[in-house]
Amino acid sequence: MWANREPFLEILNSELNMIGDMQPEDIAGDYKEVTLDLYNSVNRKILYTDIETPYPDGKLIVSTTDPEGNITNVNKSFIEMSGYSEDELIGAPHSILRHPDMPPAAFKDLWDTVKKGDKWQGFVKNIRKDGGYYWVKATVIPNIRNGKLAGYTSVRRKPSRTNIDACSKLYPTMF
Amino acid sequence: MSFMFTVSPDFTPDHLSGWYIFNTWLQRQTDIAIHLEMYNDFASQHKAIKEGAIDLIYANPFDAAMLVREKGFLPLVKAEGVADEAIIAVNTESSIEDVAQFEPGTKVAFTDDPDVKMMGMIMLEPGDLDADNIVPISADTYILVAKHLLRGEADVGIFLAEVFDGLSGMVKSQLRVLVRSQISVIHHCLMIGPEMMDKRELILEKLVQMSSDEQGRGVLKSLGFENWQKVEDEEMEFMIDLMDTLMI
Ligand SMILES: Cc1cc2nc3c(=O)[nH]c(=O)nc-3n(C[C@H](O)[C@H](O)[C@H](O)COP(=O)(O)O)c2cc1C
Repeated sequence: MWANREPFLEILNSELNMIGDMQPEDIAGDYKEVTLDLYNSVNRKILYTDIETPYPDGKLIVSTTDPEGNITNVNKSFIEMSGYSEDELIGAPHSILRHPDMPPAAFKDLWDTVKKGDKWQGFVKNIRKDGGYYWVKATVIPNIRNGKLAGYTSVRRKPSRTNIDACSKLYPTMF
Repeated sequence: MSFMFTVSPDFTPDHLSGWYIFNTWLQRQTDIAIHLEMYNDFASQHKAIKEGAIDLIYANPFDAAMLVREKGFLPLVKAEGVADEAIIAVNTESSIEDVAQFEPGTKVAFTDDPDVKMMGMIMLEPGDLDADNIVPISADTYILVAKHLLRGEADVGIFLAEVFDGLSGMVKSQLRVLVRSQISVIHHCLMIGPEMMDKRELILEKLVQMSSDEQGRGVLKSLGFENWQKVEDEEMEFMIDLMDTLMI
């Protein structure tokens, strides 16, 4: 059993669709460092700056996941805003965008809601590959095909500054 | 007995005769008797759909969910390279440079074209505007939306981008685009209903080959686009889910 430990870990890692630590050479500007405890006890080192990328007018950022939350599809705006390539995104867990300022309760609420088959809507601060961030107003819905859950789709639109300011005050109180 | 075909009432008036020409072409190609019925507004078209009177429809994306999930319709084709996009515009004299500057009580002019209105309202959200705090000004046509802006009766207008782009230079020179949507996955779609479903393959085959002969190309031209493109069931399902997220 123990002799087989390493191959076993390899399989485990690929099954979890691990996302690696963020890399200093990808980061633009001064950054802070924190390790996030993601779902399934996956740890990820996050390097983050306080540079905001404003949400582009008139665009929707769209992604689809499998029932576990691994990305299966992204649109062009998603790629542009996240700073990752399509190859890096497809197959990665959606927590690749998880920003340390987002309270875990928000994502618990998201998952509790969509697993019941309902729509979830909320304001989310996402991290970019370059360590910067962007705010979105996200709506997540289950994709039902032939009566079965096929995955989830999230569509983001531009949030108002009022809502961003309110969430920037509220979220730190939710940890 | 003939099948009943209808077109979403938001089609551009220039193409009215095009739809009749298309229906004639389709009947000749397929040997199926089809009657084209045009409704003046969405309310009367919806009533006909609810009553099960419609078998073939060039549908507004807003109605796709109801057609597929409640009425058993499936997609055939869309106009190649054509997506529904919206524009929000103000009078050139307006002091508004950014949506964020709008205040509650803003007078918003729009038509009853449901997907365009929805996209326009989403583009106003970053200014904290919503259905509850705007003053709605509903207009029968996009020309009238433009007139409300020119006369200063509305602060901002919502347009179908294609129609805005086609306004006369005279009108456009007095309007300023604040935001143009770049969504690209919301589009009208020709859809087929349950009574006609056994004809789906035949019709589809004729439509995707339509641009390969001179006559077909002529008919397409009168509709205002180059070709039909097949819409897969999953593409339609995806668009329905997407519209669903935008309706709240
Ligand atoms: C369709 C869909 C879209 C999501 N989009 C995001 C997102 O943009 N940013 C994000 O941090 N989490 C997003 N999530 C939630 C993540 O799956 C994950 O729950 C979250 O990042 C927190 O990580 P954790 O659950 O591993 O703790 C999304 C989930 C789904 C199903």
